[in-house]
Amino acid sequence: MSGFAKPLKIALGLAVIAALIIVPMNFNRYGLFILSQWAVMSIAAMGLNLTLGYAGQVSLAQGAFVGIGAYAAAIMTTHGWPLPAAIVVAIVLSFAVGWVLGYPALRVQHHYLAFVTLAFSTLAFLVFRNESWLTGGIYGISNIPRPHIFGLATNKPLPFYYVCLASLAIVSLAMWWLIRSPWGRAFMALRENPLRAQSLGIDTRRYTLMAFAIGSALGGVAGALYAPLTQYIDPVPFNLSLSLDLLMMVIVGGAGFYFGPFLGAMIAVLLPEWLRFTEGYYLMLYAVAVMLLLIWSPTGILGLLDRYLAERRTKAASALRAVAKSRLETAQ
Amino acid sequence: MSAVLEVTDIKKNFGGISAVGGVSFDVREGEILGLIGPNGCGKSTLFNCILGQLSPSGGEVKLDGRVVTGLRPSELNRLGVSRTFQLLQVFPKLSVRENLILAGQEHQGNMASRLVGRSDAGLTDAANQMIGFFKLDHLADEPAGGLSYGQQKLLDAAMAFMGGPRLVLLDEPAGGVNPSMLADLKERLVAINREKNATFVVIEHNMEFVMSLCSRVMVMAEGKVLAMGRPDEVRKNPAVIEAYLGH
Repeated sequence: MSGFAKPLKIALGLAVIAALIIVPMNFNRYGLFILSQWAVMSIAAMGLNLTLGYAGQVSLAQGAFVGIGAYAAAIMTTHGWPLPAAIVVAIVLSFAVGWVLGYPALRVQHHYLAFVTLAFSTLAFLVFRNESWLTGGIYGISNIPRPHIFGLATNKPLPFYYVCLASLAIVSLAMWWLIRSPWGRAFMALRENPLRAQSLGIDTRRYTLMAFAIGSALGGVAGALYAPLTQYIDPVPFNLSLSLDLLMMVIVGGAGFYFGPFLGAMIAVLLPEWLRFTEGYYLMLYAVAVMLLLIWSPTGILGLLDRYLAERRTKAASALRAVAKSRLETAQ
Repeated sequence: MSAVLEVTDIKKNFGGISAVGGVSFDVREGEILGLIGPNGCGKSTLFNCILGQLSPSGGEVKLDGRVVTGLRPSELNRLGVSRTFQLLQVFPKLSVRENLILAGQEHQGNMASRLVGRSDAGLTDAANQMIGFFKLDHLADEPAGGLSYGQQKLLDAAMAFMGGPRLVLLDEPAGGVNPSMLADLKERLVAINREKNATFVVIEHNMEFVMSLCSRVMVMAEGKVLAMGRPDEVRKNPAVIEAYLGH
């Protein structure tokens, strides 16, 4: 995406942030709910993008970590703990569980790893459903309170949307830092060529576990925001289909691209709403659109953009070469 | 001269097949040791056993007198043992400079400082020096995948030197490199060997390259050491001529 000039990029970024703050002020309750959901799912997808997109480790368990975070937050806040404390617990818990789930990735890769993580996803779902002394079982947990931030109540949809947006902003900045740090390079080396990475001193074991743990921790953060957003949770939203949805968000947006998860989450959360006028057909249209996109560009929407910009650069460079060559020929 | 690397009776079996059948040798500080032999004689397997990429079925590897058998490749690399690959192993999407920064980043600081420290890990200067040294200046910001084969070979070698290694194992550095670039590569290797006091072991089939670069040459055949000595001695050895060099 280096095709854009830097000031233009900054202006565009500021415009998007301003729009995200100002435009929703006129939204109704439902619009704000959808937008808050987008922010929450973007956080979860960003975590999976780290594990899968940057470090190349397939995971079908991201939805389970959203569940772990959501239950941690629901249980704690209904017992009178403040949400920030619950978020910290959600992070620590999902980080630790994600770290342990990373161990199979040291032995198995690709679709075998997908199966291991799928099994974990099912296991987590069974815990949410069956351990009713803790999770409320199929009845779930209701009346999850929304937090007071600096003494301000966020019960109403707009203030809580700002809580979600601010969390997204913090996570985005942290991710930007991580991706640009040597860790980001090491994760990418892990994905591209683990053999070469090892021979350059990169501790592939530790980075693999870290990729899993950090990605899972972001799933936990998303869950800890999801619980007060819906104010009621039961096991169903955290079954395997959430993991698959998150996987699709990452892939459709563009795995391994920084902005991929934002875009993927937007499509997954907002597109069904926009296609609502088609009534019963929206899921079908959505499915066909995803299939066409992936046939056309397996690297997702940002992969498409990247390809277009790369082609333009190559064309510009070859045009320059042609000019130089013709000058050389006239000079001779 | 003391030994940087001591290899004692290294064996590697794949199922019932013995790829390396008890190889012992030392590499002296500052020397360039050539390793030659017919295809399939176990040279690369021996490298992989020394580097921890394969775990040997028997035997011992010592680095500076310390047993390092069983260490992981990343641990060995951080102890100063580096390598190049027979087949190209650069990171094609990263630029030449980023490849070199990546090659050096794990050699300084710790996990925490690599997370919160500078994004280039303070290695841009070192990478630029290496780029200049290998005459890759005009390609520094190009993605490595766009370089020619020979240029990628040079980059692969440059990456091996980024961490300031004591010992570098080069697996066919001259393979597929054109003669003028080869002369360049040899000159660079000799310079690093002298100036940085780095010790090399070089697998190579290009005899002229090996004989002019190396101070000693080890010949392998069928997983065993056939001969070891100065290049001119090895060249005249009847067993070596029979097994490898040809009449």
